[in-house]
Amino acid sequence: MYVAVKGGEAAIANAHSLLADRRRGDRSVPALRLDQIVEQLALGVDRVMSEGSLYDRELAALAIVQARGDMIEAIFLVRAYRTTLPRFGYSKAIDTSAMRVERRVSATYKDLPGGQLLGPTFDYTHRLLDPELAGGTDVAEPLRRDTEAQAMPRVSAILAREGLIEPDGEMPQDHVPGDITREPLEFPMARDIRLQALSRGDEGFLLALGYSTQRGYARNHPFVGEIRIGEVELELDVPELPFAAPLGAVRVTECQMVNQFKGSAKAPPQFTRGYGLVFGQSERKAMAMALCDRALRAREFGEDVVAAAQDEEFVISHSDNVQATGFVEHLKLPHYVDFQAELDLVRRMRAEYEARESPAKVEEKRQAAE
Amino acid sequence: MTDIATYNFAYLDEQTKRMIRRAILKGIAIPGYQVPFASREMPMPYGWGTGGVQVTASIIGPDDVLKVIDQGADDTTNAVSIRAFFKKVANVAVTTDTATATIIQTRHRIPEHPLTAGQVLVFQVPIPEPLRFLEPRETETRKMHALEEYGLMHVKLYEDIAKHGRIATTYAYPVKVEGRYVMDPSPTPKFDNPKMHRSPALQLFGAGREKRIYAVPPFTEVVSLDFEDHPFEVQTFDQPCALCAAENVYLDEVILDDHGGHMFVCSDTDYCEKRRADGHRGHLAPKADLAPGNMEPAQ
Repeated sequence: MYVAVKGGEAAIANAHSLLADRRRGDRSVPALRLDQIVEQLALGVDRVMSEGSLYDRELAALAIVQARGDMIEAIFLVRAYRTTLPRFGYSKAIDTSAMRVERRVSATYKDLPGGQLLGPTFDYTHRLLDPELAGGTDVAEPLRRDTEAQAMPRVSAILAREGLIEPDGEMPQDHVPGDITREPLEFPMARDIRLQALSRGDEGFLLALGYSTQRGYARNHPFVGEIRIGEVELELDVPELPFAAPLGAVRVTECQMVNQFKGSAKAPPQFTRGYGLVFGQSERKAMAMALCDRALRAREFGEDVVAAAQDEEFVISHSDNVQATGFVEHLKLPHYVDFQAELDLVRRMRAEYEARESPAKVEEKRQAAE
Repeated sequence: MTDIATYNFAYLDEQTKRMIRRAILKGIAIPGYQVPFASREMPMPYGWGTGGVQVTASIIGPDDVLKVIDQGADDTTNAVSIRAFFKKVANVAVTTDTATATIIQTRHRIPEHPLTAGQVLVFQVPIPEPLRFLEPRETETRKMHALEEYGLMHVKLYEDIAKHGRIATTYAYPVKVEGRYVMDPSPTPKFDNPKMHRSPALQLFGAGREKRIYAVPPFTEVVSLDFEDHPFEVQTFDQPCALCAAENVYLDEVILDDHGGHMFVCSDTDYCEKRRADGHRGHLAPKADLAPGNMEPAQ
């Protein structure tokens, strides 16, 4: 006998207590501390800060633990928290040429002012599993430079002196930078808005799109002009103060992609640029972002829009992994009311179809059923 | 870090509520028009009712009585979860009784019990754009609405008739609001479309992921699209509810065994329980029946 199902509340509570148990795992293994995650899973923390759009290592680490290491779930937790925070104001634009650089490489010049600085990179490591790490052996102190770092002008500034690369560009005097967390997205969008969306966009999605441009879907002939990783100062203009108030420093990764451009009716032959900037250390994301940014500037340069990576509405509407995962996963919610409506329609159409195909057979079936 | 989890009444900060209320007012002023709004991340995933939750959070007050349904039922997991959310962050009274609720948040159904003036029905909307599956670009569909260019939709419905002999849309069936905007009623079965027409209740629609709010003010014309020779029809069921014998209500099919045994019961659980409490018995109703769910006190 069927009785309407009750007890959703208890089931949810029980599921969540089971989740808490599984999250903790074997109690004889020490629980992770947040500082362990911040220190030893730093790039995961950086990704959560970057796509969660909140620069706070401790909260990102908390989110990673709470999400059992599921990065998109952790990003979601951080986003849902950041959206409740009051907005005090907007910092001044950061100056990445004044960055305290830990890593800086350029693929377009053998050497350049400030030099090539490898920094803490996986590049040139041999991807051989290191059993020693499992034992937690001591790690030697790294070398540190004992002199002040040389000034490191941005490669785009070096190229600009020859006039061979498009300039930084300036927004109109009265342009107020957009804020994708405070205004609904509208298409077509200005580049500032687009870059914000790309910076918090899903790393995997942007990586695949950037890759697609390399394989010929809107190829844009990229060179890594420069990647730099390090800390930049944040400053805020406060009306009561005669100077910009320093807020502290954030670690960012910046990628300037230099792209060959043969010129069009709208612009002379020159190098153009794609730009990537993300919180923390994430070269892959910054590079993919720069490739996508350049591809998305197709209209600006009068290029034909022929590939997915150039299609602003396609890219920006689908780059947010919190939105994407929510909508994909909502398919597991009950849909039986709509399914019932479809079931009814298919049954009716099926009956008509069968009647058309062979009225005799249907009659036969009916008699058999009776 | 213990002091981080303090939240405003009904979760959203007042600035955000004001922004959403403005969007709602604009929506009411232009019935059926999709108003873009700066949708927030919510503590539940996009696609799980964040639009409806933001609308409810922006209009709810301490004296409101909230009902939340999903698929017509008060006890489906997501309805339970959203109801629990508002009990927690707004400490409001909640109910399963359609008549006593001041705000009803719903996914995929409109209650069977007629709504009255003063009630607000808040729909959770996944894809607010009725033209989306005909034209994927927002830039294009906005233009089509602006120019009242709905020919494509009529062609689609016509092609259905040409191919299948009938309009093959059973839910999210497009409506025209007050003779102007074509609107998606959210994925409610078309059975519920007539309930929207000149409803005395205010109907608000929130699409969080797509960042749109729209509204149907009380007593507004809501007409399902059709043709003179193929008039709009709602679903009909061959048998009444097996538990409460109700007719002319929307039924769910419940599978009883793996030999094709099934029964049809009311999708609206509150309606069904009330009828059984009033002594109505369907042909498969158990002898001793459940008491109707009533007001749960506020925490």
